[in-house]
Amino acid sequence: MQWDWAFVWQIMPTLLQGLKLTLIITLLASVVAMVLGLVFAILRRSSVPAVSRTTGAVVEFIRGTPLLVQLYFIFYVLPDIGIRLPALVAGVIGMGLHYATYTAEVYRGGIENVAKGQWEAARATNLTMRQTWVHVIIPQAVPPMIPALANYLIAMFKETPLLSAITVLELMNQAKSVANSSYRYIEPMTLVGVFFLIMSLISVVLLRGLEARFGRLGK
Amino acid sequence: MGDWGGYLSLILQGALVTIKLTVLGSALALVMAFVAGLGRVSRFAVLRALATTYIEFFRGTSIFVQLFWVYFVLPFAGFTLTPLQAGVMALGLNVGAYGAEVVRGAILSVPRDQYEACIAVNLTRFQRMRHVILPQALPLMLPTFGNNAIELLKATAVVSLISLSDMTFQAQVVRAQTGSTMVPFVTILVLYFLMSLAISRGIRALEARVTRGLDGVR
Repeated sequence: MQWDWAFVWQIMPTLLQGLKLTLIITLLASVVAMVLGLVFAILRRSSVPAVSRTTGAVVEFIRGTPLLVQLYFIFYVLPDIGIRLPALVAGVIGMGLHYATYTAEVYRGGIENVAKGQWEAARATNLTMRQTWVHVIIPQAVPPMIPALANYLIAMFKETPLLSAITVLELMNQAKSVANSSYRYIEPMTLVGVFFLIMSLISVVLLRGLEARFGRLGK
Repeated sequence: MGDWGGYLSLILQGALVTIKLTVLGSALALVMAFVAGLGRVSRFAVLRALATTYIEFFRGTSIFVQLFWVYFVLPFAGFTLTPLQAGVMALGLNVGAYGAEVVRGAILSVPRDQYEACIAVNLTRFQRMRHVILPQALPLMLPTFGNNAIELLKATAVVSLISLSDMTFQAQVVRAQTGSTMVPFVTILVLYFLMSLAISRGIRALEARVTRGLDGVR
């Protein structure tokens, strides 16, 4: 089978539409991941052992199981217990929840990255807890988190094709339906790969910029 | 309803396929990680460029796209792979690219004076890598390799979409046949979790083994 440029231009609008949805999903899911991740990180720091330990176990479980199965769970199992979500919402929540367990680690790492002496100095100068967080800890903890969070944003972008399995018409699904109706796989599949490659090469450059600007989180 | 035993054995058959994929995929990933990782620190510009291209390509496109490409597009180029081969290939090459950066990072983090000492005692390049650098770099790689293996395990679920009957695929079969969703999906979630626990425990044991005798040295 030969590469056919005419076919490429013919399917391009459909694929670009899929790409648009893919980008929207990535953004929505990353907002969910960042907020939920913060919740996980705070709960994990809780002084009540039951809360911190339960959170830890939940986070471990989510991290240890495949996103695809979690998506199936949200999309197929939840309706049986009365929670019916549209595919797109299920996908965004599933992906956001999965990556929240990763962003939680970023928040934790960022906070632990602040030297212990800073806490002690804040205490010595009699700052309140709120002042310590707002003026000392957060300004030092947040900048190194930014590149790490951006890294997961990119990872999420690359996982969006999984949503095609629960019928979301994102880039991959558009390509598959084009391929299935025309019996031509080379062009759509290759174009999807090229789209991903271009987007991720751009994001690598942006990420380097962020790292240069904000520094890297020590591992 | 009824026959839960039969459905359970279906899921367990799927679990075997998942384990097989994880083991074979990890093996390929490990090889690729060392080949490309060493390529990245090679003194030959051609090897460095090849390794970088491989790494950027496989890290830049999603595993999902790679799998579909291997399975649907390669046949047109004359390579027809079974779903298992396609799965192992896509998983191994993808995770190998991530592993290569780990290998490179670990090699570069071995202190400079170790290199100088090797030159001073007149070791060849091969001896230096084999006896001095890698033994010190290996313990640094292991924790991240463990995480990568867990990511690979999780990525195996994707192969169910190219009709390979792994655990996720079998859970879908059970769902289709019984109409029950809760039981099959909770079962496989727990099984996946147990497998990832097994991997992290295994890696921790391995870490204890390779760092034995290194206490106090670093």
